[in-house]
Amino acid sequence: MAKWPKPPEGSWTEHYPELGTGPVSFLDSISPEFYEDEREAVFKRCWLNVGRVEQLPRTGSYFTKELAVAKTSVIVVRGADGEIRAFHNICRHRGNKLVWTDFPREETSGSCRQFVCKYHGWKYDLDGALTFVQQEEEFFDLDKDAYGLVPVHCDVWSGFVFVNLDPEPRQSLREFLGPMITGIEGYPFEKMTERFVVRADVGSNWKLFMDAFQEFYHAPILHARQTPAAFSIPAAANGFHAPHYEIDGPHGVVSTAGIRPWNLPSEMRKPMEDATRSGLFGPWDAPDIGPLPDGVNPAKCDPWGLDSFQIWPNFVILIWGQGWYLTYHYWPTSHQRHTFESTLYFVPAQNARERIAHEMAAVSMKEYGLQDGNTLEATQTMLESGYVQSFPLNDQEVLCRNLHKVAVDWVEDYRAERSAPSDAAAVR
Amino acid sequence: MGLLPEPFADLEPYAAVWSLPTEGERYDRRLASTMDELQTFYDACFPRLEAAIAYCDGVPLAEMPDDVVRLMQLIYSLVIVSMPVEAWRQPNVPDAGAARLDRIVEPMP
Repeated sequence: MAKWPKPPEGSWTEHYPELGTGPVSFLDSISPEFYEDEREAVFKRCWLNVGRVEQLPRTGSYFTKELAVAKTSVIVVRGADGEIRAFHNICRHRGNKLVWTDFPREETSGSCRQFVCKYHGWKYDLDGALTFVQQEEEFFDLDKDAYGLVPVHCDVWSGFVFVNLDPEPRQSLREFLGPMITGIEGYPFEKMTERFVVRADVGSNWKLFMDAFQEFYHAPILHARQTPAAFSIPAAANGFHAPHYEIDGPHGVVSTAGIRPWNLPSEMRKPMEDATRSGLFGPWDAPDIGPLPDGVNPAKCDPWGLDSFQIWPNFVILIWGQGWYLTYHYWPTSHQRHTFESTLYFVPAQNARERIAHEMAAVSMKEYGLQDGNTLEATQTMLESGYVQSFPLNDQEVLCRNLHKVAVDWVEDYRAERSAPSDAAAVR
Repeated sequence: MGLLPEPFADLEPYAAVWSLPTEGERYDRRLASTMDELQTFYDACFPRLEAAIAYCDGVPLAEMPDDVVRLMQLIYSLVIVSMPVEAWRQPNVPDAGAARLDRIVEPMP
């Protein structure tokens, strides 16, 4: 397999000189103190993706999102005017969680005309206005206009719904995403509405799982047994080389070349791949989704494998060459745990054969994900031992290097701001 | 009245075990099975897979009667079982330990 050309500096890493090439510390992934500051510096300031517009098909459609990392829950709802809004999921009366079903800590979704608190029956309309107070005359000069739901900044890009918990977001969503991410606008996300969602509780810091899916250096090794030896042995010998990496602000992308499994010798495939004409990379028979925007397949590979857009802090859009995409979300629950969610999106199957090809892709993804997730617990526990504190990263791990640098930079900026409060106020 | 469409009557004993509505149930059944059980299921059903896919393909997804839905579920189980049979040689994913990835949303059927 030919190696791909690298930037004139000699490597992807040196193309971004601020990254350096030295060993990296993962203290940011094991320190409870770092995590506490990361919650404030990152998760309470960034635009966070919480879902897609298709989850809110009509007026009154809503879902809740638990944001343990920011110690809140938000309601996301489509109003009578068609706009999507977000609110803190708390009743203004005595602080009960407003929207939940059976289990207060679990997410829920549905459709309603108004929100009614389970506790004392206060009612709010879809715009968050308080419209009814039980025994209102018992209160003291209660101004209902002053007790609407507390709004959360909410905006939509390419059908992806984002919230921002900062009282005054420092950037608009578009500014935050920047030109590399907005360069994939026009990809037909809205056509891919058949969803498979998997969720796992993972015993590692969220950034370590981000790392696992933003380098493919591990793929020929960790996943060798997923493929027949005729495939996996040469794959491991060749190693992995991506044709394109790019970093734009805190975000990154890795793009890979593809293979056409149906052109490989049959001993390099599994029988079920032949039977379903599908596998990890998706259905062999891709749907016609029309021309792609310029920002997709940036190295213009043919065949092209995938683009994995790593959107800071915890959101990934991974577009496959075979005409489908998936998202990853990594929601921290402590410095050493997080909830991992992966959602696969396909153009809805028109017949059983297409549906079975989707199933094969989803099942294959899960097998890989189980290997990745469990390996991370092994990493987390040994990092926490503290006996080794710096780790060499290679050029195919440039996005890992960037992620940890960005996390440290944001936390250090926040700490500097906090220790010099008057200066920070002046800057704003 | 069988579980499956009449042309697949020979697979009835497997439908009773493997025609399960959700991926979670199918995956749990795989983990609770021995390699011999998985291999027996695979050996019996894999040769009939193309015929089963073709049969289901003749019925619109939105209007599938229950027996065809159960045939689809049997196919999904065969897909899940193909991983240990064709790759792992054990029911669980190697080195996955007690790790779980629970499917919480999926298209039906």
